[in-house]
Amino acid sequence: MAVQKLPLAKALNESLRKALETDPKVLIMGEDVGKLGGVFRITDGLQKDFGEDRVIDTPLAESGIVGTAIGLALRGYRPVVEIQFDGFVFPAYDQIVTQLAKMHARALGKVKLPVVVRIPYGGGIGAVEHHSESPEALFAHVAGLKVVSPSNASDAYWMLQQAIQSDDPVIFFEPKRRYWDKGEVDTEAIPGPLHSARVAREGSDLTLAAYGPMVKVCLEAAAAAQEEGKSLEVVDLRSMSPIDFDTVQASVARTGRLVVVHEAPVFYGSGAEIAARITERCFYQLEAPVLRVGGYHAPYPPARLEEEYLPGLDRVLDAVDRSLAY
Amino acid sequence: MTVESTAARKPRRSSKRVSAAKKPQSSEPQLVQLLTPEGVRVEHPDYEIDLSADELRGLYRDMVLTRRFDGEATALQRQGELGLWASLLGQEAAQIGSGRALRDDDYVFPTYREHGVAWCRGVDPTNLLGMFRGVNHGGWDPNTNNFHLYTIVIGSQTLHATGYAMGVAKDGADSAVIAYFGDGASSQGDVAESFTFSAVYNAPVVFFCQNNQWAISEPTERQTRVPLYQRAQGYGFPGVRVDGNDVLACLAVTRSALERARRGEGPTLVEAFTYRMGAHTTSDDPTRYRHDEDRAAWEAKDPILRLRTYLENEGLADEAFFASLEEESDVLAKRVREAVRAMPDPDDMAMFDHTYADGHALVDEERAEFAAYQASFAEEGK
Repeated sequence: MAVQKLPLAKALNESLRKALETDPKVLIMGEDVGKLGGVFRITDGLQKDFGEDRVIDTPLAESGIVGTAIGLALRGYRPVVEIQFDGFVFPAYDQIVTQLAKMHARALGKVKLPVVVRIPYGGGIGAVEHHSESPEALFAHVAGLKVVSPSNASDAYWMLQQAIQSDDPVIFFEPKRRYWDKGEVDTEAIPGPLHSARVAREGSDLTLAAYGPMVKVCLEAAAAAQEEGKSLEVVDLRSMSPIDFDTVQASVARTGRLVVVHEAPVFYGSGAEIAARITERCFYQLEAPVLRVGGYHAPYPPARLEEEYLPGLDRVLDAVDRSLAY
Repeated sequence: MTVESTAARKPRRSSKRVSAAKKPQSSEPQLVQLLTPEGVRVEHPDYEIDLSADELRGLYRDMVLTRRFDGEATALQRQGELGLWASLLGQEAAQIGSGRALRDDDYVFPTYREHGVAWCRGVDPTNLLGMFRGVNHGGWDPNTNNFHLYTIVIGSQTLHATGYAMGVAKDGADSAVIAYFGDGASSQGDVAESFTFSAVYNAPVVFFCQNNQWAISEPTERQTRVPLYQRAQGYGFPGVRVDGNDVLACLAVTRSALERARRGEGPTLVEAFTYRMGAHTTSDDPTRYRHDEDRAAWEAKDPILRLRTYLENEGLADEAFFASLEEESDVLAKRVREAVRAMPDPDDMAMFDHTYADGHALVDEERAEFAAYQASFAEEGK
């Protein structure tokens, strides 16, 4: 059964299962990933089938998880590490930035660090503090790391396969509020390159660029705009480092307008980088400045306010209107 | 070669006396010692060692050559050939003793001061100088000698060692892993986490802490209220304090800890009680924070001197040995000098190399931009 309709979370689970089956060097590590199957059940059933030696419940220490994963990678293993929530990654930030990202270069290429750090990220689930953040720019800024985020079940399955096969460290951001969204997964398909963007919807008036949880919002915005006679193209970036600027550029060359959407704060966010690069590349094709829609420069708010903080359909369409008004 | 019989713990008393005045913590715990500062062989109930004259001379040679290399590197920094040097002066016994306890298949995770351990692993000393000259960040192949790159951020490598040891255990190998760190690093969270992980997974790792009394300007009292080796108890594995200036004791204690790891009995913390005779690095000025008399007291416990005394008193080495070693030191020093001066600056484009194993579009783009920028000067020059 090659094509199945799966929730995004289950697609990740199937992808991990496939990786454990295919490569005996693949290990799963994290807090509660064993019997519990992870707090989001992404590793559900894996310890039962692959044993405690390969699906490893770790002590509650994020730096320790990533630091020991580095040691295991140096020994020839391919650890896939789970950080329980976005806001809990910072104790491991030092190991990720100063060690994981730089060790291949420090050794002049003589060691490889095939470590995947999976992080459920983003808001929209009514969680308490530190459970709804979008820190992807903090990792994309670091040379030596690759940063990706799937927006749908098929990408979740395939991008995780490709991240595990990568010889570089990959920070794999999972859109936690989309875990339960179902999509078709063809486990026998031939996937495109991991770091390529994808045109998720074609349009001619304006390009919306997004990734992870915001792709769905942008698709809904495009559908709503269509009813008003506006044709929006949606580019699912999929990878934040590297960014497939060629695909974005080609889209903007057609539409002349770009709005970048992410949950992370706009200030120094990936939208800033995309705006700068696309302005350089498409200066004469742009009909309006590149606009950004995202979080505010404030701590992620209490859950009762998050609907106001997170970019929703209306805020995206507001930016679309502002762009089209130029 | 005979090993001294019951002869007395007296020397331990003398070593205590030297340090007791300033450092109350050193007066309580027992040090494992097999060779006193006066060069007298003593017995210890838990650790024994029986080395041939050849092996003893070998340890002496290792320490002398390491010290000479280290001194040469300090001089090269003063001459402007190196940007920085972190001297191991005074810690030769801790490093050679522990380094010589290792098997080839064991794996070492050093700090940036383990020049003596690198020597024991067969890493060419000139390889250690690249990062201090600024031509690379290490660059040797860690798997050639099972000697990982120097780690500068304090304590981070203890987790890498623990993870590596977890991998060794998974592979069913009987190798062991050793993580070096210092008294300052003992305050780092990563070190605490490595103790936790190694304990709960029973990882075959030895934590070798060189307590050289100083973390740049901060004395050990600023890092801990208990002797460092006692920390192990709270994590559920043994800790032992060894005279870090006694190469025989360091060898015996490390060997025993490694054997324990190989038997699947998990980690051990070894605290080698020693002294950083030099500055933290060539950028440091210890006269601002420590007293000469402190250093003088430790000079009396010099690791090389005590082994020489023993070799001479026991007739295990003759003048010809010492003279030829002197000559060998000179040759090594000359080779190091020449190698450093001949070390070329890396190619401009090298900064882009090895950022990623599988490549990265942005790196490719920036490399091409930089190459074009550089080339534009060449064209102007025509």
